[in-house]
Amino acid sequence: MTLTVAGQPKEYDAGLTVSKLIELEQVETPMYVTVSVNDAFIPSDSFETAALHDGDSVEFLYFMGGGACDGVYQ
Amino acid sequence: MTIRIRQADCDAMAAHARAALPNEACGLIAGRQDGALQYIEKVYLLTNTDQSRTHFSIDPREHLAAVKDMRAHGLSPLGNFHSHPETPARPSQEDIRLAHDPKATYLILSLAESPPVLHAFHIENAAASPLRLEISPYTDER
Repeated sequence: MTLTVAGQPKEYDAGLTVSKLIELEQVETPMYVTVSVNDAFIPSDSFETAALHDGDSVEFLYFMGGGACDGVYQ
Repeated sequence: MTIRIRQADCDAMAAHARAALPNEACGLIAGRQDGALQYIEKVYLLTNTDQSRTHFSIDPREHLAAVKDMRAHGLSPLGNFHSHPETPARPSQEDIRLAHDPKATYLILSLAESPPVLHAFHIENAAASPLRLEISPYTDER
């Protein structure tokens, strides 16, 4: 099946889940990555079961946050 | 690594940060890389979903839309920026703890001084190192 991953069409075996795609794509620090499929965000506790289908468009987004909350600076 | 940004984009970030007061403001930076030079071509002024004066999280829907816009305009994602309303333009321990992308450039804008102070950092392995930041005049088309 064909998936569009980060804007690039690629071929994969059928029956792929989000977690398997994360593994195949060697996504770094996956625990901090938000995944969208066809613009819908997938809860991280569903990565193991969320099935991907031919034609799906997948994006990996790193969580981006921080702040001055601790008042401790380098 | 040297980061080059237009004065107009710095002004836009500062205006975004002032508009968000007393909370922190945030956004994404995009552009291109040429060897050890990063050119920031576009700044995305996004929503801090934490609505906090001491913390920020970039709205994931706006993040996704920005990434698509970058792709549509041939820009590469370079990193993010956020403001420190009352503290220096240096990464806090929280900034370092939550910097999960070692390829990203992290800009921090402090409103504690006037005019605002902007610094750039690379953060990896729980350590932040400053990057050289060059601000181009308004008329500089590179």
